[in-house]
Amino acid sequence: MLSFIAKRLLSGVITIWFIATATFFAMHAVPGDPLTQEKAMTPAVRAQLEARYGLDKPLFDQYRLFLGNMLKGDFGISFTQENRRVNDIIREHFPISAILGIAAVLIALVGGIAAGSVAAYCRNRWPDRLVMVAVIAAISVPGFVIAGLAQLVIVAMNNAAGKTLLPVAGWGSVSQIWVPALVLGLGTMAYLSRIMRASMLEVLSADFNVAAKAKGVHGWRLFFHHQLRNAVLPVVTELGPTIAAITTGGFVVELIFAIPGLGRYFVQAVQQLDYTVIMGTTVFYGAFLVLVVVLVDISYGLIDPRIRLHRGRS
Amino acid sequence: MAISVFRFAPKTWGAADDVEAVAPLPLPPMASPMVVLSALMVLCLLLFVTVGPLLWQQSPSQQWLSQISDGASSAYSVRIVSDNGDWRPSAKSDSPRGLTIHTANTEYVRLHWPKLAGVERYRIYRGDANKPGLGLAMAETGDNYYQDRLQLSREVYRYTIADAETGLLLLAREVRPEPAMSAFEAQLQGLIPLGGNEEWVDIPAHPLGTDALGRDILARLMAGGRTSLFVGVVAPLLYISFGCVFGAIAGLMGGWVDQLAMRFVDFVVALPFLLFMILFRVAFGIGPGENGIMPLIVAMLVLSWPGSARLIRGQVLALRSQPFVEASRIAGVGTSRIILRHMLPNVLPMILVAFSFAIPQAIFTEAFLSFIGMGVSPPTTSWGALCNDGIKTLLSHPRQLLLPALLISMSVLAFNILGDALRDATDRRSGVVRA
Repeated sequence: MLSFIAKRLLSGVITIWFIATATFFAMHAVPGDPLTQEKAMTPAVRAQLEARYGLDKPLFDQYRLFLGNMLKGDFGISFTQENRRVNDIIREHFPISAILGIAAVLIALVGGIAAGSVAAYCRNRWPDRLVMVAVIAAISVPGFVIAGLAQLVIVAMNNAAGKTLLPVAGWGSVSQIWVPALVLGLGTMAYLSRIMRASMLEVLSADFNVAAKAKGVHGWRLFFHHQLRNAVLPVVTELGPTIAAITTGGFVVELIFAIPGLGRYFVQAVQQLDYTVIMGTTVFYGAFLVLVVVLVDISYGLIDPRIRLHRGRS
Repeated sequence: MAISVFRFAPKTWGAADDVEAVAPLPLPPMASPMVVLSALMVLCLLLFVTVGPLLWQQSPSQQWLSQISDGASSAYSVRIVSDNGDWRPSAKSDSPRGLTIHTANTEYVRLHWPKLAGVERYRIYRGDANKPGLGLAMAETGDNYYQDRLQLSREVYRYTIADAETGLLLLAREVRPEPAMSAFEAQLQGLIPLGGNEEWVDIPAHPLGTDALGRDILARLMAGGRTSLFVGVVAPLLYISFGCVFGAIAGLMGGWVDQLAMRFVDFVVALPFLLFMILFRVAFGIGPGENGIMPLIVAMLVLSWPGSARLIRGQVLALRSQPFVEASRIAGVGTSRIILRHMLPNVLPMILVAFSFAIPQAIFTEAFLSFIGMGVSPPTTSWGALCNDGIKTLLSHPRQLLLPALLISMSVLAFNILGDALRDATDRRSGVVRA
């Protein structure tokens, strides 16, 4: 187990290096640079600014500098928001994205597992049909459309009530978390409930389920200890990609609901060619996702002892 | 990688032990009503974007400035009016009987009424005829005529003349102005040639209305669909082909080439997709006058090929050690012939399935990128870009978001159902080797 973790961590580190390198060179292949603006700049000012940001050095030196600073955990200063450090931007705005993401993942997980289980229990009856239709709808409608529709519904609701039941956009209060989180998690929830239904159906017809029932286990205990624990495994495998999808899907939801998260800053930075912010956020997101995948891999081994056994043998 | 399930026995060998006994399906899955329906849907969408523009010959970028964010409208003719300066009624019709409308079109409405004894100044109100109340106070005048040139549209108006001092209502009349346009504006919009003296101009119908810039939504949906479906089909075609070649080479060469290739695949897979999609899309850049479709496709190619490479490599590895491949090798069949005649037919169904699932994925990606403004650049449009336009007017004109969104959803749904059916069909019939 320990060597497995070490191996995964090592490949994670190499992956992060790869992400950083790819970002760096993709960034510098972009035509133009952040100092090119509408306002003309005298060559002297330009040279000074270039020296400040290290743009006057050869590309490879810049790369070495970037990697060295990255190892120290320093992503430099933003180009467009003067004197603002990238670390501060991440520190300030990532928690917002993270809260939104965690809420979305929770909603997706709980909703997906519940809907999938209900559908499997009521196979081919109306709850099952309902869930499956909802799943198909949620998978084929783009997230930004769902976000727009959600806002429309909120506005209609507020108008009907004559007062503000739910805020349409913005950030800061608890009531402003749930709608964006639900919108963000909806696609994933649909995907997870499809997986959950399939695996629950398998569990329901498995021998151990019959045996447990014959022993007299029933009700919630049967569900949680015997059925859910076995059926939930395929869902856990999907957790890594799920979190990745939700964090990156957050861009749009943050834009539409006017949430000051990191995703919005990333899109903004790309549009303004803010080298340091782009590289900082990309490496940060990349590292975060790699870490999540590694953690999910490890937790998979913890939840299902059989995996550990297989790994030990091979 | 042990291959335990071996379901590749040719049918002539009879039922081998390890061939799973599958109950014969009464209805082949490819012909279920859902699948037929989605195939029809795909066909309709393709016709919509290819044949549609031939039937509906409106330019998607022509702006109808008199119809901003309008609902569905039918075609009508507009009178070209040139005289748009000050006006006063001719002397001989100085005393009309009652409130007279001399001309009423959307450029100007000319009112004339008899002088009433004891009234010094008149106040003119204009209101919506379907609503109670006087409406807007337009002017106060000592004359007995007035020309209204303030933002008229094709509704029924009610004009009311009141005594300015006492507020006493004197005269009222309802009028529906006929559509008109000044010659200057018609020339500006390119509806009549410069110096032309046409009297009428035809404004075409907009069955789905116009967007916030007055452009025909139906024409824009067709133009946008062409981009979306083009990207949706061409990008997967390219990256799946590349992935297949890459994976096949890795699988066939084996050894350190395979190891190295697969490590590389691992890294590319680890790149956060949308983040790098945006990054590469910017890195490849858009020159002036380019539409941004090519950078989008290239970015997708760079990031999306590893999935199919892994798939094909696994298949090739599994097939390579199959008895029938070994048998043909022993029989002296050349490598290229083995690949073409024995391996390709066996991986082709999987490639097709991967392709059909990649299409909705690509449509989604394109829509997402265009939506955040990182996709195609104007004046080229796509369904995602249309959604981006539409979300700005969501609360007042939800149709402008819902129509392109509906088309995206329909195509994604249809391709997903087709992919599902294709997967089921290939799974059951050809019995692809499961590695």
